[in-house]
Amino acid sequence: MSGQLTGKVALITGAARGIGRAAAELFAREGAHVFATDVNQPDEPFLDGNISFSIMDVASEADWRQTVQAIKTKHGGVDVLVNNAAIGGSQLPLAEENVEDWNRVIATNLTSVFLGMREVLPGMRARRSGSIVNVSSIWGISAVAGAAAYHATKAAVRHLTKHAAVTYAAENVRVNSIHPGIIATPMVLEDQAEETSARVVAATPLGRMGKPIELAKGMLFLASDESSFMTGAELVIDGGYLAQ
Amino acid sequence: MELEAKVAVITGAASGQGAAEAALFAQQGAKVVVTDINERGAEIAARLGGAGHFVRHDVGEQADWDKVMRETLDRFGRIDVLVNNAGVYKPASLRETDMDLWDHHYRINQLGVFLGMRAASDAMAATGGGSIVNVSSNAGLNNVPGIFAYASSKWAVRGMTKLAASELASLGIRVNSIHPGIIATPMLGENSAERLKFYEEMIPMRRLGTPDEVARLVLFLASDASSYITGAEVTVDGGIG
Repeated sequence: MSGQLTGKVALITGAARGIGRAAAELFAREGAHVFATDVNQPDEPFLDGNISFSIMDVASEADWRQTVQAIKTKHGGVDVLVNNAAIGGSQLPLAEENVEDWNRVIATNLTSVFLGMREVLPGMRARRSGSIVNVSSIWGISAVAGAAAYHATKAAVRHLTKHAAVTYAAENVRVNSIHPGIIATPMVLEDQAEETSARVVAATPLGRMGKPIELAKGMLFLASDESSFMTGAELVIDGGYLAQ
Repeated sequence: MELEAKVAVITGAASGQGAAEAALFAQQGAKVVVTDINERGAEIAARLGGAGHFVRHDVGEQADWDKVMRETLDRFGRIDVLVNNAGVYKPASLRETDMDLWDHHYRINQLGVFLGMRAASDAMAATGGGSIVNVSSNAGLNNVPGIFAYASSKWAVRGMTKLAASELASLGIRVNSIHPGIIATPMLGENSAERLKFYEEMIPMRRLGTPDEVARLVLFLASDASSYITGAEVTVDGGIG
């Protein structure tokens, strides 16, 4: 089934590395023109000529407006939006968290999703076609101690996704959430406590971390017409962690 | 070719979603064993040429599962995918449901799924793993009134899927449930016009789903594209949730 996104324009945030990068490369292989954005430069440049990279702050209304407008001018509009950018923040538990970090995590993980959807919706509604994929987490469904702000934002993304889905379903704009489990990405390998990761892997039926490409394939499925009757759905990609 | 060289068994594949899955899977390179209590399944299998095989199958019968597994292994040598799609549906409230109606739904919709998972897991384990897709329903996630026995069986399938996913993971077998909403299949004919209207008004996308749209989700879950997905419950329902 090659070319699942032929002729489509995709905007993917948090695409410098990890899952976002894997998605950008996969989507380009499937025929999309990909706009990959991140607050940081990628460690290695994108080799695929169908991927354009730009720096973008997902918490900035102006950055969203500018990015989406530029895509509209050059390519007619955004067909697929993947709200993938997120930070773990201080990862402090609730009683130790400070307001500054809380607000920063909310802005990057949740306000970003609101801003992004708001910016692409007019074009999608006018074309009566579009797919939005919001990255939540297993921590948007289940909870462990630590990372209070992260939990809150991921649960909110899950629910905002359903709200957006029912609101725009009749206009054929689909909105679905993805819930990664423990995935071998820089965010997990560099920033998450090794003890936490080990504990989650031990409790994961498939007995290993997920690979970024496994998440990217889930994103591709939701982005493409293969999922044409799916909206408001939660695609949990966690090796069975939540099934326990 | 998402299912190149894979062998799939699809129950209830004489019509509706199952038939759509059989066609799609074969198109994607799979060998497909079409099973159904209805002999019309033979026509579906015939359309797949050498890639298809039909077995008459009552999913509530252990002996029939033994036959399905034996013929699958004899004809195609392995089993990689099982789609527990066979299902029955007759609306009735709790107090309107007699033992026969309860048992009918239990046998096909729930017992059939257990027997299928148990039967397939040995052969799958022998070849390093596989993927099982159990068809539940929107009625297995939410309260849909007036279909007590059907909904009960679909809630059960949802839970059985998670139990099986945990248990079979170490054998390399993934197990997921799908939750279709209102799909344009013959099963809809069991509804009164009034009930059908009630259902249609529930759908945010304002249209019925097609069997092919369900088949594409089943394909995704059957294939290696979903290699880190197990124990998941995935809706395909136009937004009913």
